[in-house]
Amino acid sequence: MSQTLAEKFYYLMKLGREFEIRCKEEYLKGNISGFLHLAIGEEAVHVGAVVGFGKGDLFCPYREHVLALARGMDPRLIMAELFGKATGVSKGKGGSMHLYEPKLDFFGGNAIVAAHLPHAVGAAYARKLMGEKAGVLCIFGDGATNNGTFFEALNMASLWEVPVLFLCENNQYAIGTHISKSSYLKDLYLKAKDYMPAVQIDGMDVFEVYKAVVEAKQYIETYGKPYFIEALTYRYEGHSMADKGDYRSPREIEMYKKRDPIDLLLQKSFKEGWLTEEQVKLIDQKVEAIVEEAVAFALASAEPSEEELYTDVYCGVCSDVIP
Amino acid sequence: MLYREALNLALDHAMEHDPRVVILGEDVGFYGGNYKVTEGLYVKYGPKRVIDTPIAENSIVGTAIGMAMMGLRPVAEIMTANFAMLAMDQIVNQMAKLRYMSGGKVFLPMVVRMPQGVAKQLAAQHSQSLEHMFASVPGLYVFCASDSISAYHGLLYAIRLDDPVIFLEHVLLYSMDFPFQKVENFDPFKARVLKEGKDITVVSYLKMVHDVLKACEWLEKEGISCEVIDLVSLRPIDFETIYHSVKKTKRLVVVYEAPKTCGFGAEISARVSEELFYFLDAPPLRIAGEEVPIPYNRKLELMAIPTPEKIYQQILSWGKRHGL
Ligand SMILES: Cc1ncc(C[n+]2csc(CCOP(=O)(O)OP(=O)(O)O)c2C)c(N)n1
Ligand SMILES: [Mg+2]
Repeated sequence: MSQTLAEKFYYLMKLGREFEIRCKEEYLKGNISGFLHLAIGEEAVHVGAVVGFGKGDLFCPYREHVLALARGMDPRLIMAELFGKATGVSKGKGGSMHLYEPKLDFFGGNAIVAAHLPHAVGAAYARKLMGEKAGVLCIFGDGATNNGTFFEALNMASLWEVPVLFLCENNQYAIGTHISKSSYLKDLYLKAKDYMPAVQIDGMDVFEVYKAVVEAKQYIETYGKPYFIEALTYRYEGHSMADKGDYRSPREIEMYKKRDPIDLLLQKSFKEGWLTEEQVKLIDQKVEAIVEEAVAFALASAEPSEEELYTDVYCGVCSDVIP
Repeated sequence: MLYREALNLALDHAMEHDPRVVILGEDVGFYGGNYKVTEGLYVKYGPKRVIDTPIAENSIVGTAIGMAMMGLRPVAEIMTANFAMLAMDQIVNQMAKLRYMSGGKVFLPMVVRMPQGVAKQLAAQHSQSLEHMFASVPGLYVFCASDSISAYHGLLYAIRLDDPVIFLEHVLLYSMDFPFQKVENFDPFKARVLKEGKDITVVSYLKMVHDVLKACEWLEKEGISCEVIDLVSLRPIDFETIYHSVKKTKRLVVVYEAPKTCGFGAEISARVSEELFYFLDAPPLRIAGEEVPIPYNRKLELMAIPTPEKIYQQILSWGKRHGL
């Protein structure tokens, strides 16, 4: 079990990491523009959560490439979206912050902090009303927990008893503001604990994230109620490509890099004999090819046609169910 | 039939025929709605489909969006448009954008209903008309209803649409009684010509329509014949019907309760000027609210918005200045 999991984690985390390193390069070349938020350093949270959660709807913030990859979104379609191409997953109209694929139960990519929390609550309400069991996973940052909508959503989720797993990725910063300057409570799970079970975990250890999310999923689906996880993590890069991230000391960044989630995974996996050097090498090669192919696909894809400016504003259709 | 009863009938009909329709909002369930629009539905359809929410406007719309994403057809009630300002993120940044940003993959079959306008001495935070704020946002439809027929059919149409609709009602209309009959093929995208006339086209919507009709009765006695147009949809606006009428009358008046600046008068007169400049015998006239927050004092309150008397007077003197 842990062997296949370790392999899966390594593949997805490595894919996420290499994909985003390439995104950075393509951004600097001018192929990607706008806001580009990288999750480098946070892969254990994203991969552990999506794999651990399994089936169910996903609502994410703008830092969602790795979440989308872990959910199984085609890397070519993500890269094409970042390039603003017609073949992108959102036809080039959404960009990095707005990846959607309802077929994968993947509902963005939202660029307004905390705005997707009520979406997750409503989605879980709907699923429950329609008699479906699957819960909803909602991921957001530490900064989001200071927003009124966060508290509205927690309250409604508990009041209505809907199965949402609220996963706060606490990377300590909201753009350039450290959590000590923005949040009265420093342990963010305490904000939720009077509403629902709430725990704090090490977000650098993918096995710990996975285990916590599996437990949480079981809880929300068994009881039909919400659950809260605060995962402690760190982003290596700036908030977006527009931010150098130099309000943090090199020492601080180095300290976290010493607990790099991919390194941690490899150390543990080698020690336990879940992975071999040979396997890792094969995965690395596979990842390299996938990223290469994604970029080639995006480069070769066409721009959206001019008509696309006006499509998808409305569908203009009436469902004919109400006589 | 009372305007609120017509709305209730539409909701009831939709809920009865489509299990995906749910209602949510403050006081909409057990209490029956602050304006009694949802009265009886809680008992009939139960608390799971008629959902009482906390006072959390942004998340009322936000959860409705989540429900719509999953295939329900939520009708959210915001107690008044004033409070919808707390939900502007979900309305403007979310509801209006998700379809486009997702390249058409996400669609939101949902309605956000709310009343607006001056009732009686509710002061500045309970009296606003804010239609222009919603109607300036691509991705939304904005419907409004001036009587029981447009209330019933407009709301039902909004619920059936697979796109998000802001459905505006007027506080003073709820207990007004209007002739009612079901009509075939009601089209909210088509403005209604409520009264034909030959000298002036008067465009209005919501409660002002009735003030306009009264003023026009008096104007008829002065020998001025008005064509009265009721906009049922504020986004999109049915300009064809307006142009058609103005080509005939050659004069345009727009009457609305919101402050004059950046309101519907500006939009409609600008379009008419662009399209029909050489047809016009007079510059367009806007009769609208004053540039003030609505005051509490009744005398001042009535000074702040158009009334039948003011509409009558202003059209009369404008008409005199421009050859009527
Ligand atoms: C409502 C809102 N306010 C401000 C912003 C600008 N903004 C974008 S991300 C961000 C910081 C969010 O920090 P956090 O929630 O911790 O997420 P992180 O980026 O660290 O994952 C801010 C202030 C926004 N997008 N939305
Ligand atoms: Mg953060």
